[in-house]
Amino acid sequence: MKHLLSINDLSEVEAVAILDTATELARVSDAPMKKLPTLRGRTIVNLFAEDSTRTRISFEAAAKRLSADVINFSAKGSSVSKGESLKDTAQTLQAMGADAVIIRHQASGAAHRLATSQWMSGTVINAGDGTHEHPSQALLDAYTLRKHLMHGQKNLQGIHVAIVGDILHSRVARSNVLLLSKLGAKVSVVAPPTLLPVGVHSWPATVSYDLDDVIPNIDAIMMLRVQSERMNELYFPNAREYSRYFGLNTDRVKRMKKESIIMHPGPMNRGLEITADVADSARSVIVEQVSNGVSVRMAILYTLLTGEGIESGALA
Amino acid sequence: MSVALPSADITRALTRISHEILERNGGSDNLTLLGIPTRGAHLALRIASIIESIESKSVAVGTLDITLHRDDLRLRPPRALMPTKIPPAGIEGKDVVLIDDVFFSGRTIRAALDALGEIGRPRTVQLAVLVDRGHRELPIRADYVGKNLPTSLDQSVKVHLSEIDGIDEVILGKAGEL
Repeated sequence: MKHLLSINDLSEVEAVAILDTATELARVSDAPMKKLPTLRGRTIVNLFAEDSTRTRISFEAAAKRLSADVINFSAKGSSVSKGESLKDTAQTLQAMGADAVIIRHQASGAAHRLATSQWMSGTVINAGDGTHEHPSQALLDAYTLRKHLMHGQKNLQGIHVAIVGDILHSRVARSNVLLLSKLGAKVSVVAPPTLLPVGVHSWPATVSYDLDDVIPNIDAIMMLRVQSERMNELYFPNAREYSRYFGLNTDRVKRMKKESIIMHPGPMNRGLEITADVADSARSVIVEQVSNGVSVRMAILYTLLTGEGIESGALA
Repeated sequence: MSVALPSADITRALTRISHEILERNGGSDNLTLLGIPTRGAHLALRIASIIESIESKSVAVGTLDITLHRDDLRLRPPRALMPTKIPPAGIEGKDVVLIDDVFFSGRTIRAALDALGEIGRPRTVQLAVLVDRGHRELPIRADYVGKNLPTSLDQSVKVHLSEIDGIDEVILGKAGEL
């Protein structure tokens, strides 16, 4: 495996191996010395054409804990804002000797284009492309679910997870549906019909329009951000109505199973898809998702960037 | 393919190593045994239980995974990580005995020394191995050796332990055969 572009690139065995590696690497984050020499001398570029807090910082922390050199590159303040194309940017990175590029881009398929064009030879990791996929987020969500709900079991067989909200614009939802179902979980997507994509019925998930119907049966709920920046038309009458039908509030949390957990990939619109008291409650693992993100991204970098000398023949 | 060390010899070697460790360190009070997974970790547990039966008190034992410190990570497919369990007292100021099954190039032990350095500063670091097959690539030696087994580079040595393989034996064969 050279690139991580989509959850479809991973088999169940490979996904479980990444989660296992992340479990071991999590200890590094707890140790007083948070540094390993594993990727010493490697250059990793964070190419972020779209805004991000968690994903970029988390990939940066992960790469630095493995001793890689990290170059941060965002659209604002670079030549991308002068209209430089992805191709020219990629060739610049290649000329600088990037071993891996972590790319976030507003265009679906940008990571795939970067990996399959001959513009650069390094590893490409998709950190979110348009409304397509965000595989590292799905892996950290699976890690969080496994840690809280599976009691030592390796996959997610037997749990039921609901993904609620703006499914239409959500790359997190797409990657999660693919990964969680691959790992054996039952997945329900819950949203108003206007926020479901065409063809959602072919996904490995059940579809519901009624959150209250789903709430008592699930082991985990994943609330999605309403992505106002991608909404160029009216998808629901107003925020209050959305929040009443599809928002997570204390009343709904009371009807959930006792052991169930509340997740959100962030950033949250407090008061819209989730109320502030629910987001800060003991059942919420939203902050923990961020720290798990570092371990999982270390595992992704370890898996993709070790052993590459064999493929390139450089040192073999 | 031949059996270089049968089960009874392995037990005798481990018993002797345990006595040697105690003799050299003057007892087990300041000792910390760290096995290198997978088989070194089981050997460490065995040596710990022999030491406990000799001294009638428990000895600190743990595991140290060195995968992330290897110098050949680019040359091999990614390996699964194994647990590192450092005893609660830590390794600061302790006499640490690293335990592995086969001692070969010495690169594993170099990686282990790097890994230890990130956890703390032991008073001494010693090395116990079940089999020393020679062909060192680094200036590293073992303090306690179960069996010196002269080999050629086209041979391979495999340690089987009952905890994992259902049988105790050390096998010598052609590379690729085991």
